[in-house]
Amino acid sequence: MSEADPILKVRGLCKNFGALAVTQQVDLDLARGARIGLIGPNGAGKTTLVNLLTGMLSSDAGTIVVDGQNLEQAKPETRVRHGLVRTHQINTLLMESNARDNVAVAVAERENYAWRMLRFGRQWRACQAEAQHYLEEMGIGHVGDRRVSQMPYGEQRLLEIAIGLSLKPRILLLDEPAAGIPSTEAHVIHDALERLPRDIAILLIEHDMDLVFKFAKEIVVLVMGRVLTRDVPANISANAEVRSVYLGRSAV
Amino acid sequence: MTPITQNPPAAVPAQSFRPSMLWHALPWALAIGIYFIADGYHGLGTNIMIWILFAVSLDLALGYGGIITLGHAAFFGAGAYCAGIFAIHVNNDPLLGLLVATLFAGLLGFITGMLILHTRGETLLMLTLAIAALLYEAANHARWLTGGDDGLSGIRVAPVLGLFRFDLWGKTAYLYTLSVLFVWFVIAFFVVRSPFGRSLDGIRQNAKRMRAIGTPVWWRLVAMYALSAAMAGTAGALMAQTTRIVGLSSLELLTSGVVAVMLVLGGERRLYGAFIGATIYVIVQDLAGAISPFIWMFVIGFLLIVIVLFFEGGLMGIIDDVVNRLKGRGRKDQRS
Repeated sequence: MSEADPILKVRGLCKNFGALAVTQQVDLDLARGARIGLIGPNGAGKTTLVNLLTGMLSSDAGTIVVDGQNLEQAKPETRVRHGLVRTHQINTLLMESNARDNVAVAVAERENYAWRMLRFGRQWRACQAEAQHYLEEMGIGHVGDRRVSQMPYGEQRLLEIAIGLSLKPRILLLDEPAAGIPSTEAHVIHDALERLPRDIAILLIEHDMDLVFKFAKEIVVLVMGRVLTRDVPANISANAEVRSVYLGRSAV
Repeated sequence: MTPITQNPPAAVPAQSFRPSMLWHALPWALAIGIYFIADGYHGLGTNIMIWILFAVSLDLALGYGGIITLGHAAFFGAGAYCAGIFAIHVNNDPLLGLLVATLFAGLLGFITGMLILHTRGETLLMLTLAIAALLYEAANHARWLTGGDDGLSGIRVAPVLGLFRFDLWGKTAYLYTLSVLFVWFVIAFFVVRSPFGRSLDGIRQNAKRMRAIGTPVWWRLVAMYALSAAMAGTAGALMAQTTRIVGLSSLELLTSGVVAVMLVLGGERRLYGAFIGATIYVIVQDLAGAISPFIWMFVIGFLLIVIVLFFEGGLMGIIDDVVNRLKGRGRKDQRS
């Protein structure tokens, strides 16, 4: 594998729910350290695509190659171990645990400590210390001891990203990181995304157009389960076809 | 300030000795003290400790693992019958019998766990019930091996380590049970605080999240279920060895229900909750039952309603609240 090869290579990905084709022949390449935005109207199949990539759904056809290895048949947990990590549109945090432990269980899993039943002292505290580091990277180091259920929603969104980051991903799929955040506060999420390590390839799915156009170097437009086009942001906003199916309606 | 790119220093202070840790010695000191003063009650004490062990095993599966089960008697009964049959037909050394029964119950938990733990909620509840019912009927019909509804009798147990005979007053049985309970408790204490235990706590709260961070959820649940089953099997084996009889009731639905009541009464996910719940249940049963069977059922029922309705963490939760209020701070999550 040369450095120039894409870290993620998707070819001919298909998924039908009954007669409804939600993903049709999707091809998608992500280079190392890429910053790609994925946009499309509601029902375009954006979240389905994330679920297919992470193995939460099984695809009907196609290949998903991560760093030269086809993971199309692999279980979700195996894909995570190959560095294909996602965050969730709706928070799926451990609400009863504190923020630090939410990240620490991910660190323990990544380090393969999570099968160790009788060594609770040093290893767990090492996981917690590393977890604190990721919280600080996301600017929420001060909430480590807070129960997630008592954290403000915006901080929960940042915690969701911190967990993804703690798994040391090579490809990070961010499923609407700013969902539910008032657009006046979306810059907090943007700042956090800008701080993510340069070598991680990121696919950002987001409804907040400001955020996508500021963050992404390239944008993929998904319509009716198909890739309509892929281009740099300036050309996307100028593209007449995109405007008619998508941007025109939401009047950006 | 910590630079973002560097590996973090140990931000969490190392755990050191605190005076509050001495509380962990309390139940064991009490148990040893009772041994010396409670002549005539060693049988009752042994019975309580066996139920405590059984309730702690349920706490691992139900409390920490979130595995909804109403069939835990399957493993208690399997351990009891295995220990009894092993003592009669193979070898009557108690520790060897205990080990065999524990492994047998653990294996049973492993196999049934693999079959049922991909389900959740009501489906899982029904499947645990069904497995316990199947075992019950199997034991009922295999009269030649189990004695059917007459129970398995004629169990003789050799002295522990070849030194300590099981005496008529149950003093040896008391210390034997206490030692086994202690060993299992230490294991459980470590397991729930280990990375493994933390990941199970995560699965209980949100299995989807754990899958997304790469946790093999099903395997981990199977491992916890097998561990819990092994522990329940030990409890059953202790019952067989100390009472020298195994009845079908050890596999009954009611037995699964009783141990669940003990756990909820004392408080889930605390380990010590099982201690308090089982102790109160057995003592109320013993005291009030001497007056009238209706009264003890009434007392337990009343206690359970009050606890479940008004005190989320069971009796242990009440104790926590009182301690925290005395220390002048709010309620804290025990496991954090």
